[in-house]
Parts: sequence; C-alpha cells; structure tokens
Amino acid sequence: MEQDHTVVAKTNGPVIMTKNATKEPKLIQWILISIVLLFLTLFLVVPLIAIFVKAFEKGADAYLAAIAHPDSLAAIKLTLIVVLITVPLNAVFGVVAAWTITKYDFRGKNFLITLIDLPFSVSPVIAGLIFVLLFGLHGALGTVLQSLGLKVIFSIPGIVIASIFITFPFIARELIPLMQSQGTSEEEASLTLGAGGFKTFWYVTLPNIKWGLLYGVILCNARTIGEFGAVSVVSGHIRGMTNTMPLHIEILYNEYQFSAAFAVASMMSIFAIITLIIKSIIEWKTDFKSTKAS
Amino acid sequence: MSIIVENITKYYGSYQALTNINLEIESGELIALLGPSGSGKTSLLRIIAGLEQAENGNILFNEENYTHKHVKDRNVGFVFQHYALFRNMTIFDNIAYGLKVRPRKIRPSKKEIEQKVIELLQLVKLEGYKERYPSQLSGGQRQRVALARALAVEPNILLLDEPFGALDAKVRKELRRWLRRLHDEFNVTSVFVTHDQEEAMDVADRVVIMNEGKIEQVGTPEEVYDHPINPFVYDFLGSVNLFKGNVQQGKLVSGNVEMNAPDSEDGVSTGYVRAHNFIIEREASGNDSIASNIDHIHSLGAIVRIEVIRQDTNEPLEIELTKEQYTLLELKKGERVFVRPKELRVFVDYMAGI
Repeated sequence: MEQDHTVVAKTNGPVIMTKNATKEPKLIQWILISIVLLFLTLFLVVPLIAIFVKAFEKGADAYLAAIAHPDSLAAIKLTLIVVLITVPLNAVFGVVAAWTITKYDFRGKNFLITLIDLPFSVSPVIAGLIFVLLFGLHGALGTVLQSLGLKVIFSIPGIVIASIFITFPFIARELIPLMQSQGTSEEEASLTLGAGGFKTFWYVTLPNIKWGLLYGVILCNARTIGEFGAVSVVSGHIRGMTNTMPLHIEILYNEYQFSAAFAVASMMSIFAIITLIIKSIIEWKTDFKSTKAS
Repeated sequence: MSIIVENITKYYGSYQALTNINLEIESGELIALLGPSGSGKTSLLRIIAGLEQAENGNILFNEENYTHKHVKDRNVGFVFQHYALFRNMTIFDNIAYGLKVRPRKIRPSKKEIEQKVIELLQLVKLEGYKERYPSQLSGGQRQRVALARALAVEPNILLLDEPFGALDAKVRKELRRWLRRLHDEFNVTSVFVTHDQEEAMDVADRVVIMNEGKIEQVGTPEEVYDHPINPFVYDFLGSVNLFKGNVQQGKLVSGNVEMNAPDSEDGVSTGYVRAHNFIIEREASGNDSIASNIDHIHSLGAIVRIEVIRQDTNEPLEIELTKEQYTLLELKKGERVFVRPKELRVFVDYMAGI
C-alpha cells in the first residue's frame, strides 16, 4: 500500500487515473476500521485490563504474595522447565522436517505434511488422552514403564510429551513455505564449492532461515506456556508438583482465590505481551530485509 | 582435465531424460550443449557435476571413474542460471566461500584468501563491490560474481547452466566473449548449456546438439552448421525453408518445381534450404525457379529478410539477402519474382510411410 503512494507521488503528468482499484471510498474505510477496533477493544483490550484490575484488586502486597506463594512459584518454574525442553526439541524437529520436505523428493511427501498438521486438527484433550492411554498405568506401554520405575503420566515427562505433541507443527509450518520459496540452488552451489552437508547447513541454510526459525520458536514458546487441554489431562493437577501456570490459575479460580488467580494470569499476560513485542520486532526486521533485497 | 561420458541414462520417474549418452570432451575444450528445452542438456550437465546421479553409465575425469564421487570432491566449478549467490553474504564472502570451507589442512591463510578474492574481483571488474550484498547488484554483475566464486577454488572443470539465460541481449554478448577469455586464461575444461544457437556457435570449440534425451550431432560450429547430419539439426540451427515433396530419379519434386537432388534415394522427402542460400531473379531460369510474390520486406542492419509466398503451394519462404544484393535488385513489396535455391539438402522422410 505504501509503495503505491510513492509511485503515484513520483509519476509526473496526469495522475488522476491512478486511483487504486482496490481502494474503497473513505466512508467504507472508516466503517471497517471502526468495526475492527471495536471488536478488538471488546474482546482483547477490555479483558486484558480486567485481568490486571482484578489482580491488583486487593493491593500490590496481595499481588506479590500471590505470585511469591510456593505453589505459584512451583507452577512458574515447571512451566519454564517444560518450555526449555519443548522449544529446543521442536526447533530441531521443525528444521529437520522442513529440510526433509523441501530439499528431498520422495513419495508420500504430502502425507507427511498432513501428519505434521495433525496436532492442529486434533483436540488437545484427545491428544492428552492418547498419551494417558499409551503411557498410563493400564496403558499399552504403562506396565513396561512401571517395571522400569519410570513415571510418565501425572509427572513432568508426560507434561513435556503432551506439550511437544501440541506445539511441534509451529516451527515446521513456519519453515516449510520459507524454504520452499528459497529453493535448493544455494545449497547446491555450496556443495560444488567443496563444502560438506553440515557446513552447507551452518553457513548457507541456517542464516537464510534464521528469522523464520525465530518466529516459529516464538509462536511455539507462546503456545507451550499457554497449553491447557492436553497438559491438564496428563498432569494430574498435583499442587506444587505437576501444575503448570494455566493449571494453577484454574485451581486458584476454582477455590475462589480470584485475585491470586488473576495475579498469576497477569504474569502469563506479561509473557504473552513480551512475546508479541519480540514477534513484531522480528516481523519488522524481516520486512526491512526483504524490502532492502527487492 | 578430460571428461568422458559413457552410456549415461537418466530417468525422472517414468520419464526418460537421457538415453545412452556417450561423449568425449578433451582437456581444455569449451563445449556447448545445445538443444531445445526438455532435451536433457541440463540433466547431463548436472550429472557431470555430480548434482544428480544417473541410473546407468559412467563419468570419467582424466580417465578416472568419478561416477560415484560426491559433488564436493569433484572440484568442479558450477555456475547456475539464476546465479545462486549466497544472499546472506557479501560479494567478498561469496567468492571466498569455497576457500573458507576447506578442511583446515588445505585451507589457505586469511591473508591468502583475501588476496585471491581481490584478484578475482579485479578480474570480474567488481573491485568496488566487495562489501555489497548480491541483492544490490544487477543481473550481469551477479553472474560475474558467480563465475568468480566458481573460479576461486581453481576447478579443473567449469560447468555453466544457461549462464546468460536470464540476462538482456547486450550483457549476454559481452559476457560470452568474456567467458571465452576466462576459459582460455584459466586453462580449464568448460561445458556450458544453452538453448541459444548463436551463443553456442559464437563461443564454443565444439557444439553438442541434443534433442529428446539424445545427442543428435557433435562437431565444430562450422561442421554442424554447414553439414547437419539430420533434419533436426538442420532445422534447429539457423532459419531454414522446407520443401516437402518426392524424389524421383535424382530430382526433388515439390509443387510445380523440380530441384536437383543427385545423391538422394527415391521416395517422400523434404528439402532443406537455408534462408541465405537463395537467388532472387526477375525471370525464370530453370525448373528450380519458384514463382513467388514478395509478401514482406524487413530491412534492418546488414541483412535484409524477405518473406515470399510460393505461387504454386501458397507456402511462405524466408530469404535473407545482403543489403547490397537487395539494393541492386530494387525489390518491392507485392512484386512477382523467381526464387532459386543455391544449396539444397534432402532428407528422406522416414516417418512418411508410418
């Protein structure tokens, strides 16, 4: 849109005819913008403000106490642990999957892409149940795990597995179209110049996909922190042990500790806002890069 | 370094891209693989490079079998049609790349690399551009960088895939001259793919004409132009006029015209005459004079292109005259003239009976 304006401004002579065909009359523009703004205010801004208002209802001391409560701290800590395991693993998986799909030709490629999308279409609760059925006490692998002394369901490994399942499409989905549009010729050039597979990946592929990768990581990160359904099924809600932040908020809320619930919720909102800011910076950066390139 | 291509066959799924290709390229030669799109020329080049594997056959460099050697160990320079420069690196880093990624034992020092890159930048006349990124260069400049990058690793073999295909006519001409110079200077064996016959004829020592996954003819530009061995090559190189007819007792009969074809077998045949191999006259001078009307005259530069319509068959013929011939004849559009082929080549239509 901005480019259109500059073009018009630069052309000398009759510019009367350059009115953009896709542009609506001013009035319609304003109506549409107002609708969007109203919608966003109602469903996003007001609830967000409500969270903070509710959180500070009983004063800053109560707010801090709610967050500093051992159970809350444990929930924050567990969430961070899950993120630290899930996001790097999914980053590796995403890059490998995108590489496989875009750089090689093989049968069943489309089927693989569909499989990667599966977590998007399966309800998180069902995903959680699958893992309970698989790893639970009476599950297919449960007895084996029990004889080895490993506990997956109702403990951290289960939460991590469920989170990985829910969030693995994010990075792969971000990278596949990017790598498809970039093609394989730079990698081929690198190979003909004598670089091996790893050096080619490190010096050529990775720098080309770094912004897309980071974007995917941020989306994956946000979803991992916020995931409720699947984690709720496998966690068992053991206070101070297997409660992630969203689960902890639910418990507090169900116990009528509203301001504590909202205090933890406000923490999560802050995470979300930070993520949003980083995402915008990356978008701005990539945009800047692509306009420079063209 | 010589290249021998032995019985190469390549399939893409069920599509046969190359069928039993045999080709010997001598050390120091500059070879053009010429053919229409889909003729398999790029596949052959990529197989020589090791970017693709053939189902069958061998690739030998200096008589050593390289068929199963990995691309990175073949020491070939490869230039891509769309440059394939590393977009995240500066021009300097692009050219230095091949040296930088070498194993530590054989990697030149930082200083040596820098010196080499500067030399190559001078060679491609882009000294001032080393800090720029590929996106900040024009197409011709990018392709020069790609060439410098390929030459940096001192390859024995330089392979170029339609190197000038994406450039405009003027830059193409400049760059191909320059490729010839670099080829001679660096003492490499070069193979380049093109669909532009003028480009192939202009630069190459020998031209390999390919069609539908097979080699039709190999020879010097003069050989393939003057002595095409089959209708495809005749048709592919330069503009040519076809005379469909019948050979009877050493004469090709086409429409009302009889042309001498002393060495041809009897049967359904096609005569081929290059556009510049015609004489235009005002009077008929024999059985091979074709009564025609001038339909169009394009007079641009040293060559004048004249389109005439045969009166007997209503088929168009394309004729090229030099400016002098044209001025002497004082031809006018719509005029009736007689056209006589100076040189005729007749091929029997093997497909005619089928």
